[in-house]
Amino acid sequence: MSKDMTIHLKYWKQAGPDVPGHFEEYTLDTVNEHMSFLEMLDVLNEELQLKGKEPVEFDYDCREGICGSCNLVINGQAHGPKAEVACCQLHMRNYKDGDKITIEPPRAAAFPIIKDLVVDRSAFDRIIEVGGYVSVKTGSAQEANALPVEKEKSDEAFEYAACIGCGACVAACPNASASLFTGAKLAHLNKFPQGEVERSNRAVAMVDQMKEEGFGDCSNFAECEAVCPKGISISAIAEMRRDYMKALVS
Amino acid sequence: MPSFIKAINSQVGRKIMTGITGIGLMLFLIGHIVGNLTIFGAPEAFNIYTKTLEDLGPLLYVIEAGLAFFFLYHTILGVSIWWNRRKARPEGYKKYQTKGGPSHQSLASKSMVYTGIIILVFLVIHIWTFKFGDTEMVKLASGEMARDLRALVIEKFTDPLYAFGYTFVLSLLILHLSHGFWSAFTSLSMKSKEASKKVQMGAYGFAIVIMLAFIFIPLYIYFTGGSCDAALISCN
Repeated sequence: MSKDMTIHLKYWKQAGPDVPGHFEEYTLDTVNEHMSFLEMLDVLNEELQLKGKEPVEFDYDCREGICGSCNLVINGQAHGPKAEVACCQLHMRNYKDGDKITIEPPRAAAFPIIKDLVVDRSAFDRIIEVGGYVSVKTGSAQEANALPVEKEKSDEAFEYAACIGCGACVAACPNASASLFTGAKLAHLNKFPQGEVERSNRAVAMVDQMKEEGFGDCSNFAECEAVCPKGISISAIAEMRRDYMKALVS
Repeated sequence: MPSFIKAINSQVGRKIMTGITGIGLMLFLIGHIVGNLTIFGAPEAFNIYTKTLEDLGPLLYVIEAGLAFFFLYHTILGVSIWWNRRKARPEGYKKYQTKGGPSHQSLASKSMVYTGIIILVFLVIHIWTFKFGDTEMVKLASGEMARDLRALVIEKFTDPLYAFGYTFVLSLLILHLSHGFWSAFTSLSMKSKEASKKVQMGAYGFAIVIMLAFIFIPLYIYFTGGSCDAALISCN
């Protein structure tokens, strides 16, 4: 039988993109250790609404760590304290009675705040739009073995393809760089023969778009790897740099 | 294919150029310390070494211009990358902490821009003091005349302001190099985890050796008073 915990919350409230925000505080006395972090926020919103207050907006969808919708900065860490865990999969058992938790939205010029803890991450979509795809001829499906893929490359591509686009890498990077996201998207396509053809154009277009969107430069802090809920390594950034350099001579 | 100018101004290009200039400057540091340590060789060794450099004539100017370019380019890139973060994140976090694990956030990585600027300011003073400092002319055994830079070095490092000022600034090299060495190779697309770990260990070793070698000279001269009786300083 688990005992209810008291958790002191401090969360960001902001009515809209162009108005200044502020922190608000609330103490929850009925936090159960089995709750997920987002369920704890559901309880917060329930209590706020019962008191006639406006609930706190936060993003979520699948609540099983695969959609990339949730991305809260919890006590200064994107997705909270656990490695390779999205905040929807973070459980309150990681906290103790009386803990103070500060919740902020991912902060980056390229991720404008829509409301409270919800940010607009369409900058990522625009990076994908300029090259994060493979052009294929329409018609009947190609014979499955026509394009052999080496096992190592296939495995590597799969690791990079695990990126859920949550933006934790941007949130945690001291420079608000999107290099890990862009690198992962590039690498997962470039590793395959289908993606190889457009490799150079893709690398140049997506790297340029990253700057266009207002993301910062990478300074090799590798904090992005530490907070990535899918554990994507900064080797993706090395791949991106290699592809960009190769594009210079192609 | 992007133009070369566009490429080196891209976010990838800027980091690669920071890495290339950084590696160039680290090679310079190795050459510089090897030359400096001749001060503990034969009495004439240091002045012969400095005269050899000066005798390079126009080639020396080319090398100096190249070094100045590397220093300035490296600084401009570093400062501009640091400055851009204000635009990329206009409002910072109330609370921020590293998650540890594979993160390379440390005192060294977070202070790169500050240690770099201090080293650059120091460099101006250093060049002013030794390259353009007043020296007597001394006759070498070969009969040639050379600037007595050895005497100037000993004179300056018996002054506590210079000796400890140099020691302080050169101690910062351990911070700048312990991250910079690893970061330079990472910027040049080092990918494997194993290589990354080895390069980080190499970075610590390089930073420690370079820092100790550089601070040894002012501290040894200060504590021995530049005396000819000191074990490593021979006057005849």
